[in-house]
Formats: sequence, structure tokens, C-alpha cells
Amino acid sequence: MITIGIWIAAGLTLCIYSFLYKDNPFYKFAESFYVGISAGYWLIYTYAYVIQPMLIEPIRNRGEFVLLIPAFFGLIMLSRWVPKIAWLSRWSIAFMVGIGAGLGVTGYIQGFLIPQIQATILPITGFNITSLNNLIIIVGVITTLLYFYFSKEHKGILGWTSRIGITFIMIAFGASFGYTVMARISLLIGRFYFLIYDWIIPIFG
Amino acid sequence: MNIIKKLANIDRRIIFIVIAIVVIIPLIFKPKFPIVVSEPVQKAYDAVNNLPEGANVMISIDYDAASMPELQPYLEALLSHCFMKDFHPILIVQWQLGAPLGTQALEKIAAEYNKEYGIDYINLGYRPGYVAQMVGIGREIRTYFNSDYKGDLIEKYPVMNNIHNYDDIDLLIGLEAGATGQVWVQYAGARFDQRIVLALTAVSAPDAYFFFQSGQIEGLVGGMKGAAEYEILVDKPDMAVAGMAAQSFAHMLIILFIVFGNIAYFVDKRKKNKAKGGIK
Repeated sequence: MITIGIWIAAGLTLCIYSFLYKDNPFYKFAESFYVGISAGYWLIYTYAYVIQPMLIEPIRNRGEFVLLIPAFFGLIMLSRWVPKIAWLSRWSIAFMVGIGAGLGVTGYIQGFLIPQIQATILPITGFNITSLNNLIIIVGVITTLLYFYFSKEHKGILGWTSRIGITFIMIAFGASFGYTVMARISLLIGRFYFLIYDWIIPIFG
Repeated sequence: MNIIKKLANIDRRIIFIVIAIVVIIPLIFKPKFPIVVSEPVQKAYDAVNNLPEGANVMISIDYDAASMPELQPYLEALLSHCFMKDFHPILIVQWQLGAPLGTQALEKIAAEYNKEYGIDYINLGYRPGYVAQMVGIGREIRTYFNSDYKGDLIEKYPVMNNIHNYDDIDLLIGLEAGATGQVWVQYAGARFDQRIVLALTAVSAPDAYFFFQSGQIEGLVGGMKGAAEYEILVDKPDMAVAGMAAQSFAHMLIILFIVFGNIAYFVDKRKKNKAKGGIK
């Protein structure tokens, strides 16, 4: 059974990689297959692990009828498919936006803004590597923020500082790009590792 | 000049083949490359290693098959580390397509260390609505996870007896392919002072370094390279370590491509300017 799974996975991997040569029916088949399987899996999983244990069972076995309220809001989201009653979905959307905004604002201030401001207030004492690192962080944050100050033309001191800011931004982009290259190569390594050690080598014993 | 022009217009399929060769050869011959452990990974390891006896470690699977080569090796190394130290991993899933990956790794590593389900570890599976869930766990985990991934009530499993909220979880480790890790930091970390370590795909890792610098997370494991470092630390070299030589060769090749590409670009530009009678 495992061997069949490995052969299917290896075959589909090769179908997907065949796109690197050019678009072809094998690639299209694998792509459609992946989308279909993912959607089917998602649907079954949602029913088995969400709707069944979190809605049907509590109502049937424990009489938790209060769950009918969120179920109703969930159902009217589907009203968007019927133009005449599509307005009903706005109630659910309003509920989600309200909760999302409430949680988001407090979470952002508490989890991002304040800790990050605290982390930028750093000591610069004496000539040592820690002070140098702290200085780079402070200069980086201030000059980057100044780069995004658009209420005054970037000339003179503001021009110089924003140029330093854009340099920091470029370095950050470079680091991000480097990491992205690493990520893509890692995925390739993962697939080749699978093809070589789980598929090809066992074939030849 | 002709060679530079040819290089500038090289068929991309040739580049694909060269990269494939450069990745495959080191994977087959496995040359040994030194792997230096970086500070964020060392701290991630220390955060786990220094936990008290019988600690509860919550592991959140926030990735799916597309990020498997980067995060699965770390998950396996982490689970080995937890079982070696007799900690109790509690697996939860935020990305439903990642659920089988978490289950697969947990069952494989638990079997290696003869650990018993429900006593030494548990798999709580997936629940929707991760933001509300992260806040909810701060009060009572049973509000969201009253059963495990098989649908059995968690009350029947001794490992969950004394676990109610973040106060009972010694360390939270998020394996992240997207922004879910930031939400863990926002809610579990900032609101409930939960100690957090994040392991991220290399694409997401740069977005988490500032959390590490600010002390909001205790350690950071970035991509397959981070996983390789962790495998070295737990002394269990596996796929990530095997992939590092290929990774290094591929990076060298890409650097060469970038250098040649730029040389070809500037030579071509200069030639065009000359043809126009320009000076630049």
C-alpha cells in the first residue's frame, strides 16, 4: 500500500516538474488532481472535525441549542449565492468584521506596537559591539520611518536620512530575497530526496 | 562578447537542468559540510532543553505539504528532543491540511521512543477560528479541544488531566508557513505571557526576527537550515543535514548566475549605448 502511494507521489511530482519544460497535459492533470483532492479533503475534514463534533454532536447529545445561533449566521453567509437575499450575509460579515477589528486592534497594540517600541529603546553605553548593534537598530528604525514621511519634500536633512532609510529597506529586501531563494531550493531538495531515497533506490534494491 | 550575449539570453530550461544536477549530485554522494549552529536555533534548543521534568510542550502545526521539506525535519527532531527528555508534547493543528503531517511525525517518533498515546503525548487535531481559539485557550483549553483528533473526549487521557490553560503549558512551539506565528505572539505571548519558540519556513523567517530581537519569542528556527542545526543539536542528523550540501552548492550556483547575469547586462547596455553614440 505504501509502495503504491510512493509511486503515485513520484508520478505526480514528475508531472508537476514537467511544466519546467513547457505546459502539457500531464501537468494540467496533476494540477487539477491536486486542486480537487485538496478541496475534497478540506470538505470532509471540515465536516468530520468541525461540523460534526462542534455542532451536530453537542446539539444532539447535550442539547446545546444555543449553537444554532452561530450555525444560523454561518448558513446565511451562503445567501450570497442567491442575489435576492444576498443582503442577509452582511449580518455575518458585520459580526466577523466587528470581532476581527476588536481582537485585531487590541492584539496589534499589545503584541506588536508597544513591545517593538520598547525593543527600540536601547542603551548605547561605551564602545562595544552591543552598543554598535543597538545604534544600528535605532538609526535603522528612525531613518526608515522618516523615509515614509511624505508631508515634506525629501531634501536636505530629510533627504539624507530617508536615503539612509531606503538603504536599510534594501538590505532587508536582500535578506528576504536570500531567504526566499533558500526556501525554494529547500523544497527542491525535499522532492529530490524523496524521489531518490523513497522511490528510485528501493526500486533497485 | 558573443558568449556574454549568449549567456544573457540563455534558455531558462538549461538553468533548471544545471540546478537539478547541482542539487542531485550532493544528495547522492552526501559530502560532509560543517553546520554551524546559529544563536536563534541554539536558543530554541535551550528553551526546550531547560524545561522542568515532565513539562508540557504545545506544538502547533501551522503548515501543510507545500512546506513539508522545511518544517517536517524540525518537527521530527523536536519530537525526538521532547521524548528524550520525557516531556509531554501536545499537538494542535491550525492548518487543516497539515494535520496528517503532524500525526505522521508524532506516531513515527513516539514509536521510536516507546511512548504511549494519552499518557506521554496527545494529538488534539484541528479546530477552526485560530484567533478566538488562541484567546480561548488562555481561559480553558477544553472550550475548544474537548476531544482529541479521533473524537475521543480528552478526559480519558491522563496527559490532559492537569492542563487547562497557558499556565499549564511550559512552552509553545509554532511551526509556521504563514502569519499564524505572529498571531501566537500577539495573543498567547503578549496577553498571556506564554513562552514561545517559532520555527518558520525560510520565506517567513525574516518577518519573525524582530520578535526574537525584542524577546517576544525565545528562539527561532528558520527553514531547512534551521532544521539541520536542530538535528545536529539533538544529535540525530537526518534529511535536513543531508540537504545542506546540496543547498550550499545551489546557492553558489545562483550567486554565479547573478554575477554573470549582471556582467552580461552591463556589457550589453554599454554596447547599446556605444551603438547609439552615447557616452554613458
